[in-house]
Amino acid sequence: MHYKASLGLKIAAAAGLLFLHLPIMLIFVYAFTTEDKSYQWPPPGLTLKWFAVTWNRPDVWTALGLSLRVAAISTAVAMVLGTLCAAAVARSRFFGRETVSLLVILPIALPGIITGISLRSAFNLVDIPFSFWTIVLGHATFCIVVVYNNAVARFRRTSGSLVEASLDLGATYFQTLRFVILPNIATALLAGGMLAFALSFDEVIVTTFTAGQQQTLPIWMLEELVRPRQRPVTNVVAMVVVLVTFLPIVGAYYLTRGTETVAGQGK
Amino acid sequence: MASAVKFEATSRFFGDTRAVDDVTLEIEEGEFFAMLGPSGSGKTTCLRLIAGFERPSQGRVHIFGQDATNTPPYRRPVNTVFQDYALFPHLNVQDNVAYGLMIARVPKAERHHAADEALDLVALGGFSKRKPSELSGGQRQRVALARALVNKPKVLLLDEPLGALDLKLREQMQGELKSLQRQLGITFVFVTHDQGEALSMADRVAVFNNGKVQQVDSPLVLYDSPKTPFVADFVGSSNVLPVEMVQRLIGVAKLASLRPENIRLAEDGLVGTVESQAFLGAATRLEVAVDGARISVLLPKGAELPNDGSEVHLAWDADALNLLEATNG
Amino acid sequence: MASTATFGGRVSDAFWRKPRLLLALLLVPPVLWLGIVYLGSLFALLAQSFFSIDEFSGLINYDFTLKTYGELFRPSNFDILLRTVAMAGAVTLAAAIVAFPIAYYAARYANGRWKVIFYLGVMLPLWSSYLVKVYSWKLILAKEGILNWLFETLHLSWVLQAYLSVPGIGGYSLSVSWTGTFLVFLYVWLPFMILPVQAALERVPSSMLEASGDLGAQPGQTLRYVILPLALPGIIAGSIFTFSLTLGDYIIPQIVGTSARMIGQAVYQFQGTAGNIPLAAAFAVVPILVMGIYLTIARRMGAFDAL
Repeated sequence: MHYKASLGLKIAAAAGLLFLHLPIMLIFVYAFTTEDKSYQWPPPGLTLKWFAVTWNRPDVWTALGLSLRVAAISTAVAMVLGTLCAAAVARSRFFGRETVSLLVILPIALPGIITGISLRSAFNLVDIPFSFWTIVLGHATFCIVVVYNNAVARFRRTSGSLVEASLDLGATYFQTLRFVILPNIATALLAGGMLAFALSFDEVIVTTFTAGQQQTLPIWMLEELVRPRQRPVTNVVAMVVVLVTFLPIVGAYYLTRGTETVAGQGK
Repeated sequence: MASAVKFEATSRFFGDTRAVDDVTLEIEEGEFFAMLGPSGSGKTTCLRLIAGFERPSQGRVHIFGQDATNTPPYRRPVNTVFQDYALFPHLNVQDNVAYGLMIARVPKAERHHAADEALDLVALGGFSKRKPSELSGGQRQRVALARALVNKPKVLLLDEPLGALDLKLREQMQGELKSLQRQLGITFVFVTHDQGEALSMADRVAVFNNGKVQQVDSPLVLYDSPKTPFVADFVGSSNVLPVEMVQRLIGVAKLASLRPENIRLAEDGLVGTVESQAFLGAATRLEVAVDGARISVLLPKGAELPNDGSEVHLAWDADALNLLEATNG
Repeated sequence: MASTATFGGRVSDAFWRKPRLLLALLLVPPVLWLGIVYLGSLFALLAQSFFSIDEFSGLINYDFTLKTYGELFRPSNFDILLRTVAMAGAVTLAAAIVAFPIAYYAARYANGRWKVIFYLGVMLPLWSSYLVKVYSWKLILAKEGILNWLFETLHLSWVLQAYLSVPGIGGYSLSVSWTGTFLVFLYVWLPFMILPVQAALERVPSSMLEASGDLGAQPGQTLRYVILPLALPGIIAGSIFTFSLTLGDYIIPQIVGTSARMIGQAVYQFQGTAGNIPLAAAFAVVPILVMGIYLTIARRMGAFDAL
């Protein structure tokens, strides 16, 4: 039986969704404004010239390049570690199982600033100079949980007797991994990897503590937010970032559709 | 006959639980063997010990004379039909059936041919390219069967394979499994909690309770001459007469079992009071109170039925009373 | 059957004989990484909170002391803690109120295409760039921005002015007021509340609501006595995110808000420009403690089942 939603509920739900989306849409308008000294609304005119200006900005390209490389390496590390952990936790009961899941979730359960300052003081303590790798170290740490969540959900859904059936039919553990486990968790892993990539690509709080002098794209944007210097370029970059992060989210959704309801839980 | 599977004082513990407790058992080559018992009785763990999914905590498991205790599942000449079928969801029916041959590096054309033959055997020819999710429960069950048989195992293990099917399909599959086993001559080891299924299909049945084997015998012997009160009750719901009553009746201080259908109402004999009765279709079951014990009596349709509360006399042929060996379950 | 000869076959045999070996191999890399990189750093930080800073030389004194924690209770510092916890509480409460109708509609009424729209409608803002989201509010709240324009166009500027003149929540403009900070927090963390609440509501079978109606409950009573209690674990799960994220954020109050600091800003400044790592560490311990208490309570109330 299905009741009709009351008008009040419909309005409240619609208003909530609008509240979530209007601000982001506003960015799309600002990317085309001719005004470059203030955040004037409504825009006095529309232009495409800021796209060309942004295209020719080497600092934006450098920041983008660094962000992409960091996200790629962090995602790779997180996918390996997250999957291993998920396999162990989902497949067997062992002493300390709860502790391991807590350990994986902790880096996102605690505020990012704590992860950031902890890593920074640890780097200082053991004299590790800031570099590309210190950023990756931080990012991979909080990306593990995203891959882990996706993988664990799929492992739980995949019948445990599949592995036994494969062993029973003559396959070793390695053959079982290749012919049964990987094909069955591949989409969940891909989805987890995409979300991890999006998470890393966007991260700013931990990165401010682990980056030293280098600028990832979010750090570049943060500078602009604190001390606006080139508003139009920032507008364009913001729009592009929104568009770029939409792709993995929608992709991850379609990969895990009908299997888990909340793939991105626990960002 | 050679033994196909042999348990030698085998035990499997999970923490403090003795899932399989000191089982010694021999399954002969070519027989249809059933392991019967309530859930948690250890029958499924025994099957998993044969398959190699569990390792014994104590004792040994032999398969065709070879000590298989330390042999992993993928090196045992044994295949399993799982209770939930465990078909690989990412492979079509043909690739599911050909999986074992693929692992054994049989060339593609050859293994696909063999898979199709196995599917024909279970009357699923033409379903090769379907995905398991597109099949009904009964069809999945047949695929699982074909996937195991195509590897020509020396022993086929079946874990409650008919449990998920509805009654009609289950009865049909019972007949098919039986004739398949005769046709192939492979040893079948079959786990079930359904005594009717075990009795109708198996050559021999092992009855499990609390991790121990209570009795191993042919269905007929099991039915007529249970050795323990548990078997008497679990296989065909026999009456178990208390020691004092048996002592009084025949002068032996032992428990005895007595089948409800072997009891008749007579002019004289054991005196009791009818407590209740239930119409079962082909027969009517009376519950009769005798000296504080309760005895079930099965009267065929058409027999004259006493009223509840009335006094009756129970009689039976002398050989219907079966003395039990053990005094407890 | 697998060949005995291959290396893979032999390793596989070892896994079968010693299942713990396989488990250990799976667990060692992630546990080592998280244990060394994360927990190691965390403990290093905690340890520093028990050191103090020499006020004259500005160097760290490595003797165990609780003096640094004592400094947290100085009025100027203690205000930061109170202010942050109050903001986190307000944001959490508001998020629960705004999230509930969306989650409820999505869980109970949305079907087919609408289900997808609702799902992506929450997921996309959730995963959109945090900075872009903050930036969009800078655009909205700016003096020359869309919100002021809207009030002017509707000839309602006097309402906004009256609101801004309220001490505490108002200010020179929305972008430098607590209301502004609050709005951005609410906006940025709202999806984290919607998802768990929706997940909790989806687990309520509709037959249960029918049963309530059948027993004579008005829709309002069903909401009060059946739906809200069942949604509570989801709300608590969501509040873990909204509360924790607000506690530790230092970017939003830096970009939109007053000059009064929150915990995150204090941590950032003490470890950076002020060079007072022990005090920064002590400040960082506060959210850990608050979240520890919060998680313990949440666990008791069954919030983790809704995650």
